[in-house]
Amino acid sequence: MAAPIATAHTGTSLRVSLWRGRAEGCYQEFAVPRRENQTVLDAVTYVQRELDPTLSYRFSCRVGVCGSCAMTVNGRPRWTCRTLVAKVIEDGRIEIGPLANLPVIKDLATDMAHFFARWQEARGVFVATATRAEPLAGIRPDSAGRIAADQAIECINCGICWSACDTVRWNDDYLGPAALNRAWTLVNDARDGGGAERLTAITAKGGCQACHTHQSCEQHCPKGLNPTASIAGLKRHAMRAFIRGDLG
Amino acid sequence: MTAKPRSTAHRRDGLWLAALVHRLSGLALALFLPLHFLALGLAIEGEARLDGFLRWADRTPVKLAEAGLVFLLAVHLLGGVRVLVIEARPWQDGQRRLAGIALAVAALVAGLFLLEAM
Amino acid sequence: MSFRRYLIQRITAVLMAPLIVAHLALILWTSGQGLTAADILSRTRGSLGWGLFYGGFVALAAVHGAIGVRGVAREWSGLRDAALDALMWGFGAVLLGLGLRAVWAVIA
Repeated sequence: MAAPIATAHTGTSLRVSLWRGRAEGCYQEFAVPRRENQTVLDAVTYVQRELDPTLSYRFSCRVGVCGSCAMTVNGRPRWTCRTLVAKVIEDGRIEIGPLANLPVIKDLATDMAHFFARWQEARGVFVATATRAEPLAGIRPDSAGRIAADQAIECINCGICWSACDTVRWNDDYLGPAALNRAWTLVNDARDGGGAERLTAITAKGGCQACHTHQSCEQHCPKGLNPTASIAGLKRHAMRAFIRGDLG
Repeated sequence: MTAKPRSTAHRRDGLWLAALVHRLSGLALALFLPLHFLALGLAIEGEARLDGFLRWADRTPVKLAEAGLVFLLAVHLLGGVRVLVIEARPWQDGQRRLAGIALAVAALVAGLFLLEAM
Repeated sequence: MSFRRYLIQRITAVLMAPLIVAHLALILWTSGQGLTAADILSRTRGSLGWGLFYGGFVALAAVHGAIGVRGVAREWSGLRDAALDALMWGFGAVLLGLGLRAVWAVIA
């Protein structure tokens, strides 16, 4: 029988400081038994189950697939299920807050409606040009467009890039890295028919031109995506359209 | 209970600093330019007037400030070119290093100026 | 930032880049020589070339600087819309006005 993954209690405690409240509130500290291979999500879960059932937080898969557990950990947005306590602990303490740049519902749970609304505004939605009655579109996986789309397609809308982005924080019109990154995948999708509306959307107020190339999105994306590169691609796409006279 | 949740650690990242240097250098240059134009405009009152200013400016503290301005101009130019290339060409990794090179070259240019001017 | 302002910002940047390199080269070349007004004016007075170079440089800098300042003000201050436009046009006018006056001062 395989040995279980070590969860032995190390005999020491962590000081886990958790945001309590809404936009205003305070950090509340808890002592959490330190375990080997403990993740930040393990620590939060321990607090809610053993110490304070009124703590609100969000998680789902626990294995780094869904993105629901994203929170601010020692100042940076991270997936808490994939963040080992050992990697982020500072002086025996971890500070955990809700994702930045989003309204706080309660404690560690944020309202992501605005994040998804931006997705729609950027026209990050596939527009079909064929039905099931027609033959399958022949898209070569090694075509330039498909390669570009594939490099950006794995986004699971976890909101970490939105949370890391200063331009999101400074410019309330900004569509944001995730929405623009998705728009870029569709710009490169030969089957999509929504190009004209999407072009207008990504060059409107808060469009791709608002990105200042900080690369905070790229640095924090747990999927290793690069919205900065996608947005640079959108800028080139829009400039070419402008030169052709296609930009309204 | 009036505190707000904190999110700041990513600001220690090199590229965020590069962006900040670009923005602040741009602002500083924008504020400096009117003064620069006013100084050159002294020539309207005659060569002697402009010459008086240039001789006043031929002092160490002013030369140090001028070296600072040379640095700001060079770093804004080089950082700006880095962004222009990102926006015009396919993506290139290693931006942190390029930003560091921009900073180093700008410092070198300012250093050269200072060596010559002192 | 509107896409049009973004384009103008990038275009003025590209056009100014070689002018700035030339300007920095000139600064470095003359910095060891104790520049006098006579050194400058004897070369610029009556020179169409210098007039065009610096006149163009001033115009580009005025546009680029004005758009840049508007962008920073949009993100770092509470100003919006009409106030931002007023700042941009006002600052641009100041730079253009003082700049062309300075060019005139050295070539006339």
